[in-house]
Parts: sequence; C-alpha cells; structure tokens
Amino acid sequence: MRIRLKIWRQESNETSGRMESYELKDVNEEMSFLEMLDVLNEQLMEKGIRPVEFDHDCREGICGQCGVMINGEPHGPLQHTTTCQLHMRTFRDGAEIYIEPFRADAFPVKCDLKIDRSAFDRIIQSGGFISVDTGQAPEANTTRISVPVAESAFDSAACIGCGACVAACKNASAALFTSAKITHLVKLPQGQTEAQERVLKMVSQMDAEGFGHCTNTEACEAACPQEISVLNIARMNWEYNKAHIMRK
Amino acid sequence: MTQSTLTKKIWMALTGLFLCFFLIIHLLGNLQLLIPGPASQQQFNAYSQLLSGNIIIKIISYILYASIIAHVIYAIIITMQNARSRKVKYKYDKRGNLSKWYSRNMGLLGTILFIFLVIHFRDFWYVYKFGSLPLDEHGHKDLYTLVVTVYSELWYVIVYVLCMVALFYHLIHGFFSAARTLGAYHPKYVRWIKALGWAYCIVICAGFAFIPVYVHFLK
Repeated sequence: MRIRLKIWRQESNETSGRMESYELKDVNEEMSFLEMLDVLNEQLMEKGIRPVEFDHDCREGICGQCGVMINGEPHGPLQHTTTCQLHMRTFRDGAEIYIEPFRADAFPVKCDLKIDRSAFDRIIQSGGFISVDTGQAPEANTTRISVPVAESAFDSAACIGCGACVAACKNASAALFTSAKITHLVKLPQGQTEAQERVLKMVSQMDAEGFGHCTNTEACEAACPQEISVLNIARMNWEYNKAHIMRK
Repeated sequence: MTQSTLTKKIWMALTGLFLCFFLIIHLLGNLQLLIPGPASQQQFNAYSQLLSGNIIIKIISYILYASIIAHVIYAIIITMQNARSRKVKYKYDKRGNLSKWYSRNMGLLGTILFIFLVIHFRDFWYVYKFGSLPLDEHGHKDLYTLVVTVYSELWYVIVYVLCMVALFYHLIHGFFSAARTLGAYHPKYVRWIKALGWAYCIVICAGFAFIPVYVHFLK
C-alpha cells in the first residue's frame, strides 16, 4: 500500500517545529506502525535526511514507551491499543496520516515525536510507593488479600504510564495516571498505611508539574491502551477529600 | 495560598450542587403558575410575598448569589489555568471522538446560562425587588401578571426553551462531574447517581421549559 505522511519535525526543545510531508510506497499492511516508521527512517537516511526520532521499547504493547498522536488521536484510531500494536492494515491505501507528539506543557518535546515524560516519574517519586525495609521476601501468606481486591488493585496497576490520557485530555490533566497509581496502592493493605500522605503529595506534585484540571470529560479512559477506568479518578478524589478532612 | 486543582474542583462541585438544589425549590414554586383560573394569580403572588419576607429564604438567597459568583469565578480560573497547560496545539485534532461534546463545552453552555440569568434577573428579580409593580386585589405585588405578560411574547418563550436545552446539557455533565469530584467511586453508587442524574435533569429542564409554553398558549 501507499501512504502519505505528515510528521512533526523539531530539532530540539529550543527550536521551533513544523509538519513535514513524506510519501511511502510499498508499505506492507502487516507492518506495525513503528515498523512503518523504521522503513521511513531507512529511506530518509539513504537520502541523507535526519531520521524521525520516536520513543519505543518493547513493541509488545506493555512498556508504555511508544505513543504518538496519529490522525489526531493518541495511539491512533484503534481503541485501547498502543502505537506499536497498531498495524498498517487499519489504514486504507493512499491514506494521509498525521503524526504528532503528545502535547502538554508538562511533556516538553525533546526531538520530533520524542517527549520528556519525566513529570510522571516525579509524581511517582513523590509518593507512589510503600515504605518497607527490603531484605528477605516475606512469607507470601502473612498479608492475606482476597482475590477480588487483588484483581481490582491490579486493574489500576495495569497503567503503563504512556501519557495518552494527558494527550487526549483537553486540559492536559494527569488525573487518570496519578489516580491509577494512588488507587492501586490504597486498595492493598500494604498501601493503606501511607494513603493520606501519598494522595496529598502526589496531587501536589501533579499540580506542580503544570498539568491541567480534570473536568471529567472521560476522554482519557477512551484513549487509554490499558482501559484504566475513570473511577480511579473518583477514588483519588475520595482519598484526597478524606485526607483533607481527617488531616491532623 | 494557591489551591490545588482538586480543591478548586470541589468548590465547583459544591456551588454547582447547591444551584441544583435551588432549581428544585424554584421549579416547585413556579408550578403554581400552572394552577388553572384566577386562583393561580393569588397563589403565585402570595407565595412570592412569603418568600421575600422570610429570613431563612433571605439567607438562602445570599448563599445563592455567592454560589453563582463563586461558580463563575472558579470556572474562569480553572479554564485559564487549563489553557496554560497546553500552549502548543495539535495541528490535526480528532479528540472530539473520545468524549461527549457537552462535557468539553461546559464553559460555552455556562456562558449561555449566565447571559440567560442576567436577563432573567433583570426581567423578574430586579423588577420585583426594585421596580414598581402594581398590587393585586390582595395587596401583594402582582408578579403573576408580569410573568404572563413576558411569556406572551413568542420569541421570549422560544429563547427560554432553548436556554433550558443548554441547561440540560450543562446539568447532565455537571451533576456527574460533581459526584466524581466529591469521590463517588463505587460502581454500585455510580449507577444510582447516573439514574438519579438523568431523572433530575429531565424533570427540572422539561418542567422549566413547559411552564412558559403553557402560559403562552393557555393563559
């Protein structure tokens, strides 16, 4: 198949960027979206043009590294799929495909489609952990957790931190990401001890990074490759309100 | 002290829910316009007089004014801060597929409602409080005749009904958004809130829209 690409090119964070057009003939429809970009980059290098930079790692849909806006939607038109799991068969022959980086002031563009998502890391560092002495692995049955609770915590923990929620949100809010981490931990007995401190610190860090307000449009859930539920946001709000009322 | 994004949303939710509560009382009062015959005039005017003299109603009315103002101010602050969180826009944007149009346009719907409120206050509230309304035969200010006169204009009724459509979409998102902001996370209660929200919004908006139509054609 033959496709026309419009890709955001930007040398670095200091320079301004623009959309550039490229054309690819002989695209195999079984290629993943990233493989298509690999092919493009090979052709660009042959012509002496700087290849398009983009983030990727596992290419199995589990690491959360890849993630670009494809035709105006995070991770492209296929619902609940990462960019690497999107295949060219989703597009028709002769299609025009717009590729842009995830946009948010908290996610500055480093180069082309590559963005700096360390704001997410700092949110995690502010409280997305439990404080325990490491050492020998404890006896597995010391802390008993029922299957429904474990499953529900795991649903929240499934967030891969790709940033599609922020990219999809009209306010560039990181509420879904932050709430998934908070909810994951608060559902488990190990996480409950620091629940109050955690929610206050993580929300405050989320705000400090410059993400917008959550206005509950639910675009984040629709764009999330892991189908993280917006009810995580409700849980975060609940924990936040509780922490504020109960705080000593 | 700068408030967190969540705290600002809590104020939006609380003021919004108070306005939701007020709409119930307001609609119940307005239902008296539907009473057939001259009893309607007497009942409605007496009710208006009762409200304006009551200390509890006075307190509620001040909370109401404060809620409207706080709701608007917080909305502006939140919108301005949100605009700063993404300065570079997408060149090609299809994110409209991911959410409902009214959830993304609460500011626009809110502005329509605010303009409606200004006109509404000028036409009824201002005239009742500061204007010189003639008295009815029982010595009450004749708000009833004013209402019937205003609603006899067809264009006014049409604009009113359209504003109630805007109100419906504003309320339906606002109600669920407020519940989420206050932390209703359990799927069971979320289902109840969903049912309650739809019922509330349909009853309130259909009720408010029906009254001027009824008055226009049948009074």
